[in-house]
Amino acid sequence: MPNIIISKAVLEEKLGKSFSDEELKDRIAMLGTDLDGIEGDNIEVEIFPNRPDLLSEQGFSRALSSFMDIKTGLSTFDVLESDYKVIVDKSVTMRPYTACAVVKNLTLTDASIKELMNIQEKLATTHGRRRKKSAYGIYPLENIHFPVNYIAKDPSTIMFHPLGMETTIKASAVEELHPKGREYKEVAKGWTKYPFFIDAKENIMCMLPYTNSHDTGKVDSSTKDVFIECSGTDLDNVKVALNILTTTLSDMGGVIHSVEVQYDKESIITPELVPTGWDIDIDYINKRLGLTLSEKEFQKLFARMGHEYKEGTILVPAYRADIMHQVDFIEEIAIAYGYENFNAVIPNVNTVAKEDDLEIRKRKIANILAGLGMLETETYNLTNANNQNEKMLTDINLITLKSAVNTEYDVLRAWITPSLMEVLNNNRSSEYPQKVFGIGRVFKEGDTETGVLEQERLAITICDEQADFTNIKQTFDYLMRMLDIEYTMAETEHPSFIPGRVARVTVNDKEVAYIGEMHPQVLNNWGIEYPVGVLELNLSEMFNL
Amino acid sequence: MDIQKIALSLHPLERKVVPALKSHKILEEIMDHTGLQEVEVTRALQWLENKEALKIIKTESETINLGKNGLQYAKEGLPERRLSAELKDRDKSIQELTFVTKEEAGISIGQLKKAGVISMNQGKLHLEKELAESLEEKFIKKSFPLELDALEAQEKLAVANLRKRKDILVVDKIKHLSIELTDIGKELTCCQIKDDVLERLTPHMIRTGEWKGKTFRPYDVKINVPKISGGKRHFVREALDYSKQVWLDMGFEEMKGNMVQQSFWNFDALFTPQDHPVREMQDTFFLNSEGKLPDKKIVQAIKDVHENGVEGSTGWGGKWDEEKSKQNVLRTHTTVLSAKTLSQLKEEDMPKKFFALGKCFRNEALDWSHLFEFNQTEGIVVDPDATFENLLGYLKQFFKKMGFEKARFRPAYFPYTEPSVEVDVWHPVHSKWLEIGGAGILRPEVVVPLVGKDIPVLAWGPGIDRLILDFHKINDIRELYTNNVDDLRSKKSWVK
Repeated sequence: MPNIIISKAVLEEKLGKSFSDEELKDRIAMLGTDLDGIEGDNIEVEIFPNRPDLLSEQGFSRALSSFMDIKTGLSTFDVLESDYKVIVDKSVTMRPYTACAVVKNLTLTDASIKELMNIQEKLATTHGRRRKKSAYGIYPLENIHFPVNYIAKDPSTIMFHPLGMETTIKASAVEELHPKGREYKEVAKGWTKYPFFIDAKENIMCMLPYTNSHDTGKVDSSTKDVFIECSGTDLDNVKVALNILTTTLSDMGGVIHSVEVQYDKESIITPELVPTGWDIDIDYINKRLGLTLSEKEFQKLFARMGHEYKEGTILVPAYRADIMHQVDFIEEIAIAYGYENFNAVIPNVNTVAKEDDLEIRKRKIANILAGLGMLETETYNLTNANNQNEKMLTDINLITLKSAVNTEYDVLRAWITPSLMEVLNNNRSSEYPQKVFGIGRVFKEGDTETGVLEQERLAITICDEQADFTNIKQTFDYLMRMLDIEYTMAETEHPSFIPGRVARVTVNDKEVAYIGEMHPQVLNNWGIEYPVGVLELNLSEMFNL
Repeated sequence: MDIQKIALSLHPLERKVVPALKSHKILEEIMDHTGLQEVEVTRALQWLENKEALKIIKTESETINLGKNGLQYAKEGLPERRLSAELKDRDKSIQELTFVTKEEAGISIGQLKKAGVISMNQGKLHLEKELAESLEEKFIKKSFPLELDALEAQEKLAVANLRKRKDILVVDKIKHLSIELTDIGKELTCCQIKDDVLERLTPHMIRTGEWKGKTFRPYDVKINVPKISGGKRHFVREALDYSKQVWLDMGFEEMKGNMVQQSFWNFDALFTPQDHPVREMQDTFFLNSEGKLPDKKIVQAIKDVHENGVEGSTGWGGKWDEEKSKQNVLRTHTTVLSAKTLSQLKEEDMPKKFFALGKCFRNEALDWSHLFEFNQTEGIVVDPDATFENLLGYLKQFFKKMGFEKARFRPAYFPYTEPSVEVDVWHPVHSKWLEIGGAGILRPEVVVPLVGKDIPVLAWGPGIDRLILDFHKINDIRELYTNNVDDLRSKKSWVK
């Protein structure tokens, strides 16, 4: 989630008075943004992804001033009509939607330009899903000749001067040469054509989703009027982005003008800054919260959150992207009411506790083994084929992970013993005997909804100069007597064990365990210099749970 | 101090040593006199010192012996002596020298030139005057070993100079131990020590009654004993079991389930949009396999809620992709178990409370503050009459039982809850708020497709690893799974 830095001085100017750091900290946290800290003039705030409208200083102070009862209620934004027109060509199938606006009479400073860049970038990262869903461009109006065309073209046929580069290059080279091209080329995977905004005089305005043109898309402090496009794969998404950007510019002092966006079959006029109306049931909200607020109180609380409520209908400002359901107004009321003002009450409802049966048995087993002087270990479910198979001289089918960041942990374990061998290897300089055990999940292919069968297993290793089949069998036998489970043992073969010193254990006609002395080659592979007695027991099978 | 009482408590070794102390004060002499080993005598002396019967005096002396070169020089003379002797008859060039090695010549020439004993003339060395006998020369002719402390000032100077030269002297540090009796000690050595005290109580004594009428030697009960260690549960397990007990105390029923889950349950059923960043490979572990979706009815319900919302909501819009929801992942939260549980729940069974405790995963590089496996615990309350106030009530009680008296609640955001809560608990030691976990009421977009009806489901899922790190003062999160046996043996028990 993105962090933004807000100037305390700017914020206080917007709020109209000054506050102590403590007061601000408290109010900012209670508004539903995560305050990282205040240092000097810098207030660092983490904005949750449901509130992209708070990503700018303007949007943030708008919400805070309302929340702090300084300027409450619905903010309205006028949109003046205009003749500006954007024509969407059928070819932009990869990003078929755009919403555009013009904002005039701006007074931009280096600081406000930087802020604009920032919000544009952060909005594209969150709301635009790292530009995958949408990306946005702001252009000085004076360079643009309308109508503007939004059209997809083969990039090898287009030459333009990307923003931030020295010269004109072929558009097909942007992914290689331009920093944003390199950063976002995943977005355009598989595209043969790319969307461009091209003005009436054939000037390239931008190549999407990467960069504006230097010639027509460079905003500086001399810029008074701007053209904005928000383009992407989802119409609602680009409309909301445009609403957030235009209302921010309006708060900076700009005057918003509409643009006609002409699609193949119909035209739309953007931005639409008319508040959205919702019918809500205040009884539902009261019940969910456990409150009994009156209509009047609802009015006041909604105003505190920047809405306007009247007789069952609420008007929501157009920059709010997160309202999807009535339930979202519950949180608006809860925040306005103040989380700190709720009573914390446990209802008088009777339910019966129940622990999982296998979990109960696992805990019993662990306690029995601890009573024998053994140490319980906790090891990772993720490991690698070298540990699970190569070092163990086995060839077990393993469940693999796709693109694990750590290549040493790219499979799910099929048995626990290798994890304990790793523990023994890590403890070669500690005192012996080392008697350790671990209970954990193992994974193999199976007939389940995911195709993966998961079971719980116990493994025990006794590592000592005197360790042998007898003492691991004694341990196992003691455990089974304590659990009152009968078992039989039969000779078997297993590549990890010394031939003739390994047994298969059967309980209720099911083979549930291997027990034996670890093969010296396996010990060599793990760098272990003392004999090791091993038990690996399938608890899920044995308890049939 | 009662001398008789001390005398009575003497260990057999002390009993042997004490009489010797009357006339012997030095370790070696005491050993000779008692016939005991060094370690036995020193232990006895240590115990006697604890009883304030004596004071142990440890001194160190340095003994000087001749080294390899020193032995040779004592016989043949120092290199500078030999060089000056060789030049007595005639001047020689360096190459002509035979009394000294090349290396020795190198050092001696410089030294003798500086002292004005020789000079260099057209490549030949010339003796200017007789070399006087130096302190060092005199010193190496003495008989060794010598005690450094016993030397005269001039000899000490010679030692200091010779020690700068290679292998002439070897100086060994020798430790000496002697004692000085205190008043108690003096009395102790004089008094008659009773000999017939009983040491270890034996089965034989018990059977025969041999102990009757005799005295057991009193032990020093304050003495330090060697540490032992026992078998133990892992400290992470201990903490997890503790939090499980908290859930059980509050009347919750345990949910269990697989770590490998379909995206359908892990994400889609929890209303996580299909283009959400958490569903990308760099955040979540995907498997190289896919699963089989549950029955059509629930798949259709989830599809509808994503595309069109539920009960007047808007949904995420766009097309919901069935293929994407089949992808197997390692569960990213235990909330997936809540979703599955809700899908099985019948209205007549409500109200119900469930909890889960288990490993969750994120595809993350391993370092001191990041692990790809983490423990999450999670609880849900399915209660048609539950309210936000109740959620806060449960949370407060839960964290109180987890050992935090004070909790505060802040607004937060999670895709599947509304309202959402971030819980901070007051850390009494660090005197600050500790962010401990998220909570909320599940959105109707989650509940309606699973349960069939918009019923309040309170949910919270604190991470537990942070509390374990804090309790055991661990800074590197990887230490939770290092399994160093010494460390496991010495970890304190989880008591909250």
